[in-house]
Amino acid sequence: MLLAERQRDFANALLDPAAAVPAGIVGPDGLPTSRRFAVYRNNVVVGLIEALLANFPAICCIVGEEFFRAMAREFVMQEPPTSPILLDYGAGFPGFIGRFEPAGPLPYLGDVARIERAWTEAYNAPEALALDASAFAGLPGERTPGLRFELHPSLRLVRSRFPALTIWRMNVADGVPAPVDLEAGGEDAFVLRPAADVEVRSLPAGGAEFIARLARGLSLEDAARTALRNSGSFDLATSLEALVSAGAFVGFSLGESSKAIHAAGDES
Amino acid sequence: MGRGQGASPCRGSLIDGTFAGERSKVIMKQSVLPKAIPPRAGVGLKSDHYRTILESNPDIGFFEVHAENYMGAGGPPHRYIGEIRNRYPLSLHGVGLSIGADRPLDREHVGRLKYLIQRYQPGLFSEHLAWSTHEASFFNDLLPVPYTAETLKRVCEHIDEVQGTLGRQMLLENPSTYIAFAESTYTEIDFIAEIVRQTGCGLLLDINNVHVASTNQQWDSVRYIDGYPLAHVQEIHLAGHTREADDKGRPLLIDTHDRPVDELVWDLFAHAIARLGPTPTLIEWDAKIPAWPRLQAEADRAEAVMYPPTRQEARRAAG
Repeated sequence: MLLAERQRDFANALLDPAAAVPAGIVGPDGLPTSRRFAVYRNNVVVGLIEALLANFPAICCIVGEEFFRAMAREFVMQEPPTSPILLDYGAGFPGFIGRFEPAGPLPYLGDVARIERAWTEAYNAPEALALDASAFAGLPGERTPGLRFELHPSLRLVRSRFPALTIWRMNVADGVPAPVDLEAGGEDAFVLRPAADVEVRSLPAGGAEFIARLARGLSLEDAARTALRNSGSFDLATSLEALVSAGAFVGFSLGESSKAIHAAGDES
Repeated sequence: MGRGQGASPCRGSLIDGTFAGERSKVIMKQSVLPKAIPPRAGVGLKSDHYRTILESNPDIGFFEVHAENYMGAGGPPHRYIGEIRNRYPLSLHGVGLSIGADRPLDREHVGRLKYLIQRYQPGLFSEHLAWSTHEASFFNDLLPVPYTAETLKRVCEHIDEVQGTLGRQMLLENPSTYIAFAESTYTEIDFIAEIVRQTGCGLLLDINNVHVASTNQQWDSVRYIDGYPLAHVQEIHLAGHTREADDKGRPLLIDTHDRPVDELVWDLFAHAIARLGPTPTLIEWDAKIPAWPRLQAEADRAEAVMYPPTRQEARRAAG
């Protein structure tokens, strides 16, 4: 039997519990053995479920471990990882949760999973030195509207029509679950790891539009205009100050063609 | 190792900024890192123990990490491993290269290993006689290969490529297996000896794997050790396993790394050390991870086997 055929048959039987054990896989007596092959099936599936558990602890806390494992098992069968770097496994899990019928009664679950996914991405994102307020000192006032920013590579936005951030906080580390009014309105979360720690903050109305436009390279003026159109209460000065003090920016330029300025010593 | 990586290192318990990546990179450039892995006991590094290690500087010969857990672009894992590397010898253990797969190696993955080796300068680099990829999927387990001339050729080509790209020798680890393939024409030992002969790679002797495979395949584990190409062994692994039974009630040991080293494995280790002399020996504990003192105790026991009281001087000389 060729190695290619052997590995094809072995692989196909691994993720299909109903498949027969491929011929020629034997115990010490040279005879077929299904119990022994089942060890590999179990290792693969359980190992991948554990990887998802590590990356989505709040989801597990919300639905309970038994439900989580059953849901994760379905996902593992449908979307096994394509990379040996399991730190990064589960990009498709939030979307899967949204489509997973038994989770239907918890319509916010997919958005909470998006926050957890953003957390993982921020955790493993490249290092970059954030600018502090002094970097902007002495900028001529008339140039400010044309400022364009380079955002920190760990920055992620998660928008939800549910209070997903509140629910996430209640289900991690020191969180205390409490009743949540699902009709209370949506929440936008802002995830960032400026140095060692991942930080998750809620954004005021218009904040997510503002950051999303800045991320696309729009000028400060254009981004602020979009944010204001989305929310009359959007406050540019407060939002900008909050982003600078959070460490959201790693560089800026004074216009489309001018030279970008970065934090000193930034090797990213 | 048997079960895959998984946990995102140190989720939820983060360090302050004092082990900043930039700073430790500068330190690494300026200082000479201890490179060689001493003939002592080491422990597989887990994120659970990062802080304890940095705060208490335990007396441990070396640490070993799973390469794939440090393949994120940045983040706390790199900050911690950078700082621990400044204090201890380090060995790098790959779990995802799929050397036994009947398809070309993932060049990007080899490149990532090369980057980690350049950045952290491990004293040893090891991988498995196993496969874990098929078409687009990664199976996160170390799957067994049939011992045939075709597999031998494939594995040797892959090891040549790895050693060529990395510019250094790699160690190959013997597998723990639950099944055999009807088409195999070599014994496991002959197969591994032939790989060493053709590629010049070194060997990592996993003694728990010897015990697990020997029980499952009904081999004699002492004869396995005696027949192994011991001259090429540069590192030993020890770990715990669980005991089950197969469909016919025969013992079926599972390589779980979730408990202390079994007494029979300690006996086999003593037998191997009697033949090999003191050898870098790693305690692997990858699931249900205990508090640090339990791991230190396992490492201490391994050193007591390598350096009985009459040889304590040699242990001190080994650093």
